[in-house]
Amino acid sequence: MRPFEYTRASDVAEAGRLTGRFIAGGTNLLDLMKLEVETPAKLVDITRLPLRDIEATDDGGLRIGALVSNSDLAADSRIRNDYEVLSRAVLAGASGQLRNKATTGGNLLQRTRCGYFYETSQPCNKRDPGSGCGAIGGFNRIHAILGVSEHCIATHPSDMAVAMRALDAKVETQKADGSTRILALDDFYRLPGDTPDVENALEAGELITGVRLPKPVSGSHRYRKVRDRASYAFALISVAAVVRMDGGTIADARLALGGMAPMPWRDTAVEKALIGQEPSMATFEKAADILLADAKGQGENDFKIPLARRTLKAVLADATKGA
Amino acid sequence: MKLTINEVEHDLDIDTRTSLLDVCRDHLGLTGSKKGCDHGQCGACTMLVNGRRINSCLTLAVMHEGDVITTIEGLGNPDDLHPMQEAFLHHDGFQCGYCTPGQIVSAVGMLSEVADGWPSHVSADVKNGTSLSGDEIRERMSGNICRCSAYPNIVDAIETASAKMKETA
Repeated sequence: MRPFEYTRASDVAEAGRLTGRFIAGGTNLLDLMKLEVETPAKLVDITRLPLRDIEATDDGGLRIGALVSNSDLAADSRIRNDYEVLSRAVLAGASGQLRNKATTGGNLLQRTRCGYFYETSQPCNKRDPGSGCGAIGGFNRIHAILGVSEHCIATHPSDMAVAMRALDAKVETQKADGSTRILALDDFYRLPGDTPDVENALEAGELITGVRLPKPVSGSHRYRKVRDRASYAFALISVAAVVRMDGGTIADARLALGGMAPMPWRDTAVEKALIGQEPSMATFEKAADILLADAKGQGENDFKIPLARRTLKAVLADATKGA
Repeated sequence: MKLTINEVEHDLDIDTRTSLLDVCRDHLGLTGSKKGCDHGQCGACTMLVNGRRINSCLTLAVMHEGDVITTIEGLGNPDDLHPMQEAFLHHDGFQCGYCTPGQIVSAVGMLSEVADGWPSHVSADVKNGTSLSGDEIRERMSGNICRCSAYPNIVDAIETASAKMKETA
């Protein structure tokens, strides 16, 4: 690990002015620093900031402080009862020890698990812009099938963010100059394009202070994660779904997918194709056709296209049954 | 800086890069916690910080001033074993023993999470909590790897210790 200066932020306003890399749970950042994938000259410890609460908002939703641990988030009774898909998604990720340390803000900012990003002897446009992409034409079994560019095919590894995308969560930030803003996850994340090193909209010194959930969405909440082993593994494909039935038809459907794109993936055209329809395999197939119309395999990850189709269909069948 | 480990306060002058695990092993002679992968994947370094289990290899010691830190040495000793240590001995919950301190500390942390009503990935009902079962133990302990594959006996040991700790609670 490269040497770094360590400083502690004592209040939110000060944090952005300390001009360093923020560290909270550290479970991803320190891992990458040990490998010298990340080499910050200065760390700003934000763990003492008062951002550990989950509070009700005026519009009937919740505000999750950026430092709420993944464990505390998944175990919170309001999350378990009113946003079950989020609790399920968080519990599907990492291990007990990591969830105890990892924070809400940090989880949103997880870096990809692409092997070329991790291996500093290999080319990677995300780690070293302009060096090339080793995964294209290389080992790419875990890589993305949607949203990629000729410069990067890495996936975003979070489960939590997939459920948040389905729930229309918004990210609350404070910039170094003290101004604040609220960004929908769609605007927060950036597709790789020709700058895969830019993964989100955060500016230098801009701190995530919390995540806002809108008022609870009724319906069947599902999080289905397909992975290489039953626990403690990243998603090959995951589906977060909130589906509400009215009589025999689908009244509302919110769907987001993980493991298949550089950001938690949501395509409202898929949802539109389901709303107002009677649940049937034909309807689900049509939704999958829309979702995967532009999907492209890279060789080793070709299996993700039929896997995404089957997982989506299985989740929809499960979420609409017995209605 | 000061660190409180197993109820003892230590004055330390360390490089900012030092992990909580390395402080214990290399600076304080607390070598019970093991270094397996040093990347948070194996669980051999598990410690309790403010009662919650974490990977001590993935956290900087300088970030833990004021925290209550418990290592395997703080749970019990050969003359006064913690019920979890006793149960691992009774059930032969290990072969080489390298992962064992991490397994035991993690299991103690895990049982307090269950006692607090935390759900897991395998809980059928996340809303109303769950009781401890073999499947729950296996899921909740997935952050601790045993390359000798002593898993069946580890699960038995945790079930025994859980029952005993409930009796004496």
